[in-house]
Amino acid sequence: MVNPQMVMYEEEFNQIQTVVDRLVREANAKVVFIVDKNGQLIAASGEVDNIDTTSLASLTAGNIAATGGIAKLLRENEFATQFHEGEKANIHIQLVGNRVILVVIFDSKSSLGLVRLRVRKASDELNRIFEALLSKVQEPGGDSPFAEITDEDIDNLFND
Amino acid sequence: MSFINYMAREINCKIVYYGPGLCGKTTNLQYIYERTNPDAKGKMISLATETERTLFFDFLPLSLGEIRGFKTRFHLYTVPGQVFYDASRKLILKGVDGVIFVADSQMERLEANQESVENLRTNLAEQGYSLEKVPYVIQYNKRDLPNVVPVEELRALINPMNVPDFEANARSGTGVFDTLKAVSRLVLNELRRGG
Ligand SMILES: Nc1nc2c(ncn2[C@@H]2O[C@H](COP(=O)(O)OP(=O)(O)OP(=O)(O)O)[C@@H](O)[C@H]2O)c(=O)[nH]1
Ligand SMILES: [Mg+2]
Repeated sequence: MVNPQMVMYEEEFNQIQTVVDRLVREANAKVVFIVDKNGQLIAASGEVDNIDTTSLASLTAGNIAATGGIAKLLRENEFATQFHEGEKANIHIQLVGNRVILVVIFDSKSSLGLVRLRVRKASDELNRIFEALLSKVQEPGGDSPFAEITDEDIDNLFND
Repeated sequence: MSFINYMAREINCKIVYYGPGLCGKTTNLQYIYERTNPDAKGKMISLATETERTLFFDFLPLSLGEIRGFKTRFHLYTVPGQVFYDASRKLILKGVDGVIFVADSQMERLEANQESVENLRTNLAEQGYSLEKVPYVIQYNKRDLPNVVPVEELRALINPMNVPDFEANARSGTGVFDTLKAVSRLVLNELRRGG
């Protein structure tokens, strides 16, 4: 396959979680989450119990993919930032290192200026973490937990 | 590209339903959604036109259970089958782990099926994938209709590689889960080999 396998380890996950937790506080946001470009949720923080993060993850990735497609047609680099203003909720979407998507949902308790500022700082940190993660994944000898699975394991999944 | 999360002990895989317009991709997902326990599925999202044609994609997250202590989660997507939505189809194929080609068995859709397989091959190649290597199964749908092409003939035309194939009626559900299980097996096998 062309893409390296996307993997998340405990160490990097904790670092990422720290960044998103802090971003929620410092940006006065309701929810912050990180999605990979294929729509898989990586981390979330804030009032996540009230929202469907799986759906949001897939839709934001679709959104970034669509604007990325538009950018390509215009011979632009990817549009790295998007902002949508609603009546109550606003959403700020930032592409980080062309790899993952950082989403901040906020209301009138915060402002676009503050969110922008905090997102910029968080993006730098996230970029560093994902770089480190990627080089770790490319190291040889990372044993897949799936190397040992049997046909029976697979069959058992479907016995319901 | 599957995503292994050691922290959440989860593995996520992306399956894409491909095929010509109106062949029944969305209907496959709707049937799976209806027949899956609430705790094993998330919300189904359909980005569709007012006439219920897929505009961008349908999305259905499913949990299949655990393998070796890892939760296996499959994200099912459909592409828009209408020819002019090709740019969107390419986007949906990004990061795909397995493909289900849904063929419309009706006589008058024979050519549309062939064109769609070719389109799949081209769009995969653009991403650096090849149809020969990606986990891939075929479903001959709408077998309940009177004007269908015999399966042998369809097979000869659109399944020269002899990948696993299934007859289906996505409206009643016949063959729907068999098709999904077959591609899931291939995807998990690929993971075992470290794909
Ligand atoms: N008779 C019959 N009708 C079917 C079957 N599967 C789907 N249909 C019908 O075919 C029509 C189109 O089905 P969809 O699932 O929307 O087709 P699609 O492939 O998603 O189409 P696009 O979104 O345009 O790509 C609907 O009216 C379905 O009810 C089948 O097995 N038998
Ligand atoms: Mg559809």
